[in-house]
Amino acid sequence: MSGYLSIRNLTVCLKSGAPILRSVSLTVSAGQVHGLVGESGAGKSMIGKAVLGTLPRALHVTSGEIWLDGVNLLSLSQTERRKQIGATAALIPQDPLTALNPSKRIGPQITRRLVDILGWSKTKAQQRALELLDEVHIPNATRVMRSYPHELSGGMRQRILIASAFAAEPKLIIADEPTTALDVTVQKQILRLIAEMQQRHDTALLFVTHDLGVVSKVCDTLSVLYAGKVVEDAQMNRFFMRPIHPYSAALLAATPTYTDPTGSLTPVPEHVIEYVEKEVAEHDVRAAR
Amino acid sequence: MMYEIRDLHLSLPDMTRKPLLGAAPRIEILKGLSFDVPKGAVLGIVGGSGSGKSTLGRAMLRLLEPTGGSIHFAGTDITHRTEDQLRGMRQRFQMIFQDPMSSLNPRRRVGGIIAGPLRLHGMDGLTARVNEALDMVGLPQNFAQRYPHELSGGQRQRVGIARAVALRPDFILADEIVSGLDVSSQAQVLNLLGNLVKDLGLTLAFISHDLSVIRRLCNRVLVLHNGEIVEESETATLFDAPQAAYTRELLAAIPLPDPYQPWG
Repeated sequence: MSGYLSIRNLTVCLKSGAPILRSVSLTVSAGQVHGLVGESGAGKSMIGKAVLGTLPRALHVTSGEIWLDGVNLLSLSQTERRKQIGATAALIPQDPLTALNPSKRIGPQITRRLVDILGWSKTKAQQRALELLDEVHIPNATRVMRSYPHELSGGMRQRILIASAFAAEPKLIIADEPTTALDVTVQKQILRLIAEMQQRHDTALLFVTHDLGVVSKVCDTLSVLYAGKVVEDAQMNRFFMRPIHPYSAALLAATPTYTDPTGSLTPVPEHVIEYVEKEVAEHDVRAAR
Repeated sequence: MMYEIRDLHLSLPDMTRKPLLGAAPRIEILKGLSFDVPKGAVLGIVGGSGSGKSTLGRAMLRLLEPTGGSIHFAGTDITHRTEDQLRGMRQRFQMIFQDPMSSLNPRRRVGGIIAGPLRLHGMDGLTARVNEALDMVGLPQNFAQRYPHELSGGQRQRVGIARAVALRPDFILADEIVSGLDVSSQAQVLNLLGNLVKDLGLTLAFISHDLSVIRRLCNRVLVLHNGEIVEESETATLFDAPQAAYTRELLAAIPLPDPYQPWG
């Protein structure tokens, strides 16, 4: 299998059989950033959850393969799979306030992973945590380790989650809308930081976002999703110059840009929705055969 | 003038630093703002988180009482009016909220949600008014029978708009109303709001952290930073020649969907 993470024909369904992801395939290599874009409900977060084994109970994988570090996760037992994921992958979540435990100090929340999962000594883990906080440009790391989440700003909390994600040197990081809760100036700092960390650690990064502006700043390649189906796979520059699928083009046209003086905004047109819905329906017919 | 605001101050007690006994220290959130909103204007209010933009909006609607300065609405001083004194006027200034999921009662149907404020303001012909409001926001009339959870994000936000316009207000405050929506529904809601302003002769204040959205909709922009106005200008001027350093920083931080944008 080429690539660090390789997903092959992944289909995820509700118990009723209604598909949430439809034969999704994608590859992310070491040192590469792959974007997953689409509107809400398109299934972009579900791909990340399927990889990390954190799909909601109501959903299950019905077919396909998820290759992580040369191992097909779906062929492993539950325990083996968890071990493999814990050792190789990590998540940068969307909302730093809900991802951190409000009643615990920052330090133990970063070191716990290292101590519990990787069996490091407390001192070694603590040392590593301090280094990491330094790496994500947090001043006064010793004091921050002793702080509670509510004492820190949104940008600081997101930095801590980034540090925590990189703590165990994962080969793959999944970032699920990591800057949606932040304002633009902080967003810029955080995106730069993620890019810097990703390059320094040569990590494969799967970047989930609904913001095409953000994609154009951080990704090398991307997949556009509609109703759980990949409608376009593209190399980043080509995508913004010449989107191939009409839905991708419509999504780009609907994205507001302050540089356009007319400021016109076009919602995704009806006929494009019909076109892409038809593709989805045809896919389902083929899949049912 | 719809609004004349002079030297507006607002401070709130900082409960995180309240000593066990005694009063909490106060944090100054608005530090002396002065500006006018002419009739028919679409005013954009931008700023980073914590800049005081939502607090300003809430003070304008007198959901918060200013600690200093004055607010005149259509010539009337409303700075320190009591709730009783305001009640008769409230129908004239309305608000659309950021998150339609938490600002629409999940146990009531859309029709009931829109009719609620109409009833409180003693209006008659409720069904006709509800239907008219649904028409204005481009929702079919049978949506009156639906519950909020049956609607998409964009449709829910239309219900929020319908509830505000049904009262035929003079002024509407929209606080980050598209930040939770996908780009396509965002475009629809913005186009709708732009048309309603024109058709109904509304005055609108539009709070947003997204300057791209502001450019689409507003003719004047107020940039807030740490509770102070750092820039106030025509929309075109703001984008072509931003004066304040903070405005330039804000503009430069916006990621455009263009891989060749110099962004650092």
